[in-house]
Amino acid sequence: MPALIDVHNLDFSFGSGELTQPVLKNVTISINKGEVVLMTGPSGSGKTTFLTIIGGLRQASNGSVKVLDQQLINSTEQVKVKVRQQTGYIFQQHNLLKPLTALQNVSMTLEMHNHMTERERLTQAADMLKAVGLGDRLNYKPEQLSGGQRQRVSIARALVGKPRIVLADEPTASLDKQSGQDAVGILKQLAKELGTTILLVTHDYRILDIADRVVELEDGMIQNA
Amino acid sequence: MTYLYFPARLAWRQLVHDRTKLIAAIFGVLFACVLVFMQLGFKDSLYASAASAPSRLSGDLFLMHKQSEAMWRPVNFKRSELMRTLGHPAVAQVSPLYIALAPFKNIETEVKRTLMVYGFNPDAQLFDINNVRNMHGELQLKDTVLFDEYSRPEFGPIRQLLEAGQNVTEINDYKLKIIGTFQLGVSFAADGNVVTSDLNFMRIFPNKKPGDIELGVIKLHPGASIKQVQAELSSLLNEFVNIFTFEELLEYEKLYWSNTAPIGFIFGFGTVMGLVVGLVIVYQILFTDIANYRNEFATLKAMGYQHGYFIRVVFASAFFLAILGFIPGYILSLGLYHLAESQIFMPMPMSFSKVTTVFFFILSMCATASFLAIRKLKDANPADMF
Repeated sequence: MPALIDVHNLDFSFGSGELTQPVLKNVTISINKGEVVLMTGPSGSGKTTFLTIIGGLRQASNGSVKVLDQQLINSTEQVKVKVRQQTGYIFQQHNLLKPLTALQNVSMTLEMHNHMTERERLTQAADMLKAVGLGDRLNYKPEQLSGGQRQRVSIARALVGKPRIVLADEPTASLDKQSGQDAVGILKQLAKELGTTILLVTHDYRILDIADRVVELEDGMIQNA
Repeated sequence: MTYLYFPARLAWRQLVHDRTKLIAAIFGVLFACVLVFMQLGFKDSLYASAASAPSRLSGDLFLMHKQSEAMWRPVNFKRSELMRTLGHPAVAQVSPLYIALAPFKNIETEVKRTLMVYGFNPDAQLFDINNVRNMHGELQLKDTVLFDEYSRPEFGPIRQLLEAGQNVTEINDYKLKIIGTFQLGVSFAADGNVVTSDLNFMRIFPNKKPGDIELGVIKLHPGASIKQVQAELSSLLNEFVNIFTFEELLEYEKLYWSNTAPIGFIFGFGTVMGLVVGLVIVYQILFTDIANYRNEFATLKAMGYQHGYFIRVVFASAFFLAILGFIPGYILSLGLYHLAESQIFMPMPMSFSKVTTVFFFILSMCATASFLAIRKLKDANPADMF
């Protein structure tokens, strides 16, 4: 099976000159289509930096990072935008737009795809919200929803565009155990149905069981690739 | 269409979400709008009223002393200078116009207030005002004047007094009779106007010499080229007199108020200040909106939204604020214009060109605020989100 994410000898550091702070050292990892990979490790180990490079949010210049067959090392903005548009994101904070309803928030992802009509967008967004168990909360604004519900809306937002990759950064950190497990459970189930690859960074050892593979990052180096 | 529609829709949803902030922003734009409308209104009114008397003059060419700054503060010159122009074959008729400010005694209160007195031979028909034309015969009589009923009310309700038979008053301490009214309008220079014959003018101002005139009005034979005659006459005349066409005279009056008097500058300054205040308010609103939605915008960027989309969101917000502030601002200004017309007797027309000018100002103000605010969008960096 071809690797969707293929990283070779990636080095990355912050700062320059004497203040150079290496964050990622010689990272090599490849993730296949449909795989659910959990990346764990202590704070400061470089997990989040790694995620931002894979997602095309941060420019790296040493090594090779191929995502969806695009080389991201020293890439142009267009290449990165192209990768981002095929990537779903879930953050620790839900980051939903407060003025918009759940339905409108989810539908924002689809507004980037010009070929759809408004009706198609709203139908797909509503279907996705139903899939995450919020079929009865379509027209609620974020502040009318609980923390777990909000995170499920952001999962719906990440998945509705049928992305090939979902990147998640501590998606359960602000949730209690039950909502956290529900949220990642839904995430995994839907991702499997859509054949989406998931790279999830977490401290939360309660959710390790959803992973096909667990990777540990320490001091910028992969311990058990 | 979606290029503008989606960001505009998001901008709209953001605006209506926070009603308090929206209302504050609308008031900011409204304030600027009203201020600009009033400043421009007063300025135009000033120019219009300053030119109200000359614009009703009936003549083709006008002589004025070069030292005259404006018609209301004229320097006189010799009548013989005007008479010399009769030598030109195209000149049909010449008439002197005498102008002076004088205290007018209110018939009821006996309080004296200064107004403008115009004196000329009534048969010459120098003013293109109906009642002045019609009453030229009566004006020939000794000690008679016509009163401008659009003068400020401090001169007394002359029309009603005339109807009641009270028509005797004093101008420059000279007793005379008001035999009727006409309609001209006040200006910044004069609170009121009366017209009288040249002979009565000399009676009101006993020290005045008939040979010293303030303005010379020349009428040409029909078909004569005004520009050509003007050029030929100016070589004939002494260098200390200006010879103006009708349009040049109006322009000269207007220029006095916009340049020589600091009034043009004052109103221009007021306009700019109104726009600056509005700019700061709109900028503040846009800026805090971007700051509040920083994380949300960064998330959308991570999902593939490009920077330009958010720039369009900001500009769309500014556009909506401009529209939402302009409409009530326009309505309020319309009311204030009517109030000004009825209370201070200044002509304040709400012309279409003024409406478009102010709208353009408000739009530019909001666009400038957007340009300043979009720099804040750089803070919405998805790499800092994780």
